[in-house]
Amino acid sequence: MKALFRNRICSLGVGAALALTAVQVAAQSRDYVTIVGSSTVYPFATVVAERFGRASGAPTPKVESTGTGGGMKLFCAGVGTTHPDMTGASRQIKKSEFEQCQANGVKDIIEIQIGFDGIVVANSKKAPQLNLSTKDIFLALAKQVPDGNSEKLIPNPYKTWKEVNPALPDDKIEVLGPPPTSGTRDAFAELAMEAGCKSFAWIKAIKDQNEEQFKGICHALREDGHYVEAGENDNLIVQKLVANPKALGVFGFSFLEQNSDKVQGSVVNDVAPTFETIADKSYPVSRPIFLYVKKAHIGVVPNIEGYLAELTSEKAWGDDGYLTDKGMIPMPAPMRKQVAAIVAGQVAMKGDGLK
Amino acid sequence: MTEPGKNTTEVIRSSLARRHRAERRFRAYGITAVSFAVLSVVVLLADIVAKGHGAFQQTYLRLPVTFDGTLLGVTDAADARQVERGDFQALIRAAVQRRLGEPASRAELREQVALVSNGAAYQLMARLRADPGLLGASETLWLAADDDIDTWFKTRGGEEFTGRISERQIGWMNDLAERGDAELRFNRTFFTSGDSREPEQAGIGGAVMGTLLTLVVTLLLSFPLGVAAAIYLEEFAPQNRWTDFIEVNINNLAAVPSIIFGLLGLAVFINFFEVPRSAPVLGGLVLTLMTLPTIIISSRAAIKAVPPSIREAALGVGASKMQMVLGHVLPLAMPGMLTGAIIGMAQALGETAPLLMIGMVAFIVDIPRGFTEPATVLPVQIFLWADSPERAFVEKTSGAIMVLLAFLVVMNGLAVLLRKRLERRW
Repeated sequence: MKALFRNRICSLGVGAALALTAVQVAAQSRDYVTIVGSSTVYPFATVVAERFGRASGAPTPKVESTGTGGGMKLFCAGVGTTHPDMTGASRQIKKSEFEQCQANGVKDIIEIQIGFDGIVVANSKKAPQLNLSTKDIFLALAKQVPDGNSEKLIPNPYKTWKEVNPALPDDKIEVLGPPPTSGTRDAFAELAMEAGCKSFAWIKAIKDQNEEQFKGICHALREDGHYVEAGENDNLIVQKLVANPKALGVFGFSFLEQNSDKVQGSVVNDVAPTFETIADKSYPVSRPIFLYVKKAHIGVVPNIEGYLAELTSEKAWGDDGYLTDKGMIPMPAPMRKQVAAIVAGQVAMKGDGLK
Repeated sequence: MTEPGKNTTEVIRSSLARRHRAERRFRAYGITAVSFAVLSVVVLLADIVAKGHGAFQQTYLRLPVTFDGTLLGVTDAADARQVERGDFQALIRAAVQRRLGEPASRAELREQVALVSNGAAYQLMARLRADPGLLGASETLWLAADDDIDTWFKTRGGEEFTGRISERQIGWMNDLAERGDAELRFNRTFFTSGDSREPEQAGIGGAVMGTLLTLVVTLLLSFPLGVAAAIYLEEFAPQNRWTDFIEVNINNLAAVPSIIFGLLGLAVFINFFEVPRSAPVLGGLVLTLMTLPTIIISSRAAIKAVPPSIREAALGVGASKMQMVLGHVLPLAMPGMLTGAIIGMAQALGETAPLLMIGMVAFIVDIPRGFTEPATVLPVQIFLWADSPERAFVEKTSGAIMVLLAFLVVMNGLAVLLRKRLERRW
């Protein structure tokens, strides 16, 4: 037992040495690309990373799913191998984030739009497909709605879809969707809810006078049990929709694509969510997705150019590329060409006109 | 006390039935509670096994592959650069066509190619690399099927998955299955390979390796530190306000939510010491902080359980205090300490929250080979797969949960065994 204890003292030494080496390694360079950012971009960034790693034999880039905001924070923290090289975003970089980047020495940022992502309102295939307008969506899910034709807001009184729009079935309004921390929720509020909200002229008029108040009215979802926050896991929402054919769910297009035998996307403003309708922007609830690259890291961290070349190749983001297989909606060819030129020339973004 | 007109025996007899009933009820509550717990576990396990058993199997297709040099664009198979650039997808296309017939349209061609996993091309590349003599030769190979095909094949006959698979593909697959050219086989990839975005190529190998590396660091740091702290506090430290203060703090630390340790790790290890993100050494450091209180508390309990008579006897025959502790108390307390350490490790094994903050929740394909290479751990792998849109990841998720549970059962079983074997009762 004495010997056992001596071993233990040894292991203490080993442990301390380990901790020290760890500290030293940090000073060394990094031979793999690190990517952080949006969970919407994650499935696409990872596929490209894997394919790039396999084809080139270089270390596979590491991709972390931190959310758009969290990714920006890490990305803009500074230049150097301890900071990530790229961040994915399901919206454009904000002015405040861009300024934060500049303040921390991240001067040159290359903005790459990689494609589009659609958000669908889906239900079980056992139930009939719904035909919703953004106005229906707003009236069914907003915390406050206009009282008839008057310019007054009342707490949302609607209990069934039929009360919202007589053409819809007489089922209880029950929509499962992401929580407020999710980028999908932000985009849903901005694209679907706001569009429906604007169909009331007097609310639209508020936007010019008081942006905050307008957002308060249009983006707030009801909290009386008709909108259910189902967590960030979209698979869970799909499972719940199958179990409850009367419920609707809000999630990304890629999940609809993968589960098309179980769920169907509702028609929104007379347009069904398909590859084509999202690509040509006729489907209203879609958004561009981006990747931001630190120019200062190109050439310092190896393989960044290689990764970007893989991403912007036709076999990846083209009309028949493998990213479309993962549910990303490609940009039109001329736009791809334009973005590819930006990437090839390593043109940093100016930062004008950011919100 | 007794009621008038009744003697004590009568009073007792009259209340006996009521008291027996009360006891039976009380027992029934207990049994209900236990059965509820057991039922929940059974339902949970049944659900996981029902969903996850498929992960250990994979659909394979038997195809006649010819390593055609002109199709590949390879003239010399010994030339590594040529092989690397070879169009192995073309070989698969040709093999599928030979088996299923010439496609009538581009769409049909795409459907044919989509039967086979796109990892198969890399498999062929590895074969040719290993044996350059294969160039120009033909052989019949079992190649992994694509994940959608795999999911359909497994659900065939029951509630069929038809989401991303066409009628034509079902026809081909039925034909292949009838002739024995498509079958379910043991899925080795699941245990040997790292993460992948293609479910049929994804495995827990990388995550298991990352877990091992992380736990080694945790054990090496937390066990000696925890035991040393426990010995000092129990045997040497004076009883005063300071030690009371330390004791309260250790007990508090044991109850702190684990995400706090992750935040601490982010602030101290990453931002100050600049330990690389996502590295097992970093995960180990953070998990050490988390398991240390557990180990200190259980080690102190083990030391306390050693009877004072042993200490007194040792001191009585002239041992110094250090000799008494190292030679007598520590060996006797060791089983209890080891049990505590194993339980602490098992706790660390199942942890994801603190790792979230330090970048170990990440997509990592390459299997880590060192303490500073980016790595992830099993529970994180489960978390990542559970969030993936591809249907085939549902069974992978449950499969990985089964492996994690197996690890936990083994570790906790070991703890019980150690306690039973080595523990001494006084």
